Amino acid sequence: MTIRVVLPAHLRTLADVNGELGVDVAGAVTQRTILDALEDQYPALRGTIRDHVTHARRPLVRFFACEQDVSHDSPDAPLPRAVASGDEPFLIVGAMAGG
Amino acid sequence: MSGVRVLVGTRKGAFILTADGKRSRWDVSGPHFAGWEVYHVKGSPADPNRLYASQSSGWFGQVIQRSNDGGRTWEAVGNQFGYEGAPGTHQSFDGTPKPWKFKRVWHLEPTAGDPDAVYAGIEDAALFRTTDAGATWEELPGLRTHESGPNWHPGAGGLCLHTILLDPRDPARMFVAISAAGAFRTDDGGVTWRPINRGLRSEGIPDPTAEVGHCVHRLAMHPSRPDVLFMQKHWDVMRSNDAGDSWHEVSGTLPTDFGFAIDVHAHEPDTIYVVPIKSDSEHFPIDGKLQVFRSRTGGNEWEALTKGLPQRDCYVNVLRDAMAVDGLDPCGIYFGTTGGQVYASSDAGDSWTPIVRDLPPVLSVEVQSLK
Repeated sequence: MTIRVVLPAHLRTLADVNGELGVDVAGAVTQRTILDALEDQYPALRGTIRDHVTHARRPLVRFFACEQDVSHDSPDAPLPRAVASGDEPFLIVGAMAGG
Repeated sequence: MSGVRVLVGTRKGAFILTADGKRSRWDVSGPHFAGWEVYHVKGSPADPNRLYASQSSGWFGQVIQRSNDGGRTWEAVGNQFGYEGAPGTHQSFDGTPKPWKFKRVWHLEPTAGDPDAVYAGIEDAALFRTTDAGATWEELPGLRTHESGPNWHPGAGGLCLHTILLDPRDPARMFVAISAAGAFRTDDGGVTWRPINRGLRSEGIPDPTAEVGHCVHRLAMHPSRPDVLFMQKHWDVMRSNDAGDSWHEVSGTLPTDFGFAIDVHAHEPDTIYVVPIKSDSEHFPIDGKLQVFRSRTGGNEWEALTKGLPQRDCYVNVLRDAMAVDGLDPCGIYFGTTGGQVYASSDAGDSWTPIVRDLPPVLSVEVQSLK
């Protein structure tokens, strides 16, 4: 299944992509399987969304799906069916903060 | 025709300034990595078109970029900096133990003979090395695991390893400096280290002459004379004639000996430059007058260099990695400010001109002399 992913602008630049991405996920569609596929396809993103080793989400990064903040859900929890079906994107968001 | 390439890291990206050997007309490219903090950009002495940049952000962490064409194009390489073993603790600002945690790369030091071999100084303080052009990084843990490590504490900018000096005479010897632990030397390629802070005196620590705990802001060395080191400490400009075994103060006639940057003339090992800053709480020049001070005697006797620099209402800072020299004759001196100006002198400091003046706050300046 191809999952739609929206990256924040700085990570789109880093990955050298424009707009929404599609990543192929086999099996259950979870935060972990999406991020695994995303980092395989775009190695420059490794370490920028979650820790290399622990896979803990970076503190100023959030995950949204179907207008819900799923950042604090288990990385292995199934994401909403609309994300898994490709009807809705999985949003990776940089926290709104100035600087 | 010779040329010069100035590599500028700022709070919001990197900029590359180029000129021919006359150093009078400058082209500016950038921002590279727009919107990201770029703590340092440096070129390889072995291949001037090989550049490395430390790109970071509070949101998305650390990225290392590599260029093979002098900064026209870049490629993100490895960004995993994992401490060897269980990292233990250092001191936090209030003296309580705090686990070592990677935050960012402050300084990249490519080696003289191999464009793929680079050292990296990081926060929380440790030394890393790549030998595969940045694809992977490994710690040299002997520094961080020195017996004094649990007593290291951060300076205001964090517990950062900000200076790496490689001895051109002896590849096994190098010097590093950590705020606020002090200076350290290895004589065995980074396996073991010892503090080299004898002669330093810092009033802000319980024992002013302690072996570690000094807020060393910057070290500088002339490659022809690697046993002579110069230091801008938090307060005090210091000199060592014995590779750091002992230090003596050479602040001499400076109007204030607080500052961050220090560097050495490319062709005169006893000509050194500092930018005095008013105090540790007022990080700007005295009386709003931006002055570089030059000593032609290796310290103690200093002259103010002001021609072309603002002499009123100037309240910028010059950070520790933001001064560099070129190898041309006469020697060019360059420094960047937190106000976004990069000033250059093509006559060893006698006169200055801003070669770019409205960048984001400048974090670092490096210079490459191109053939």
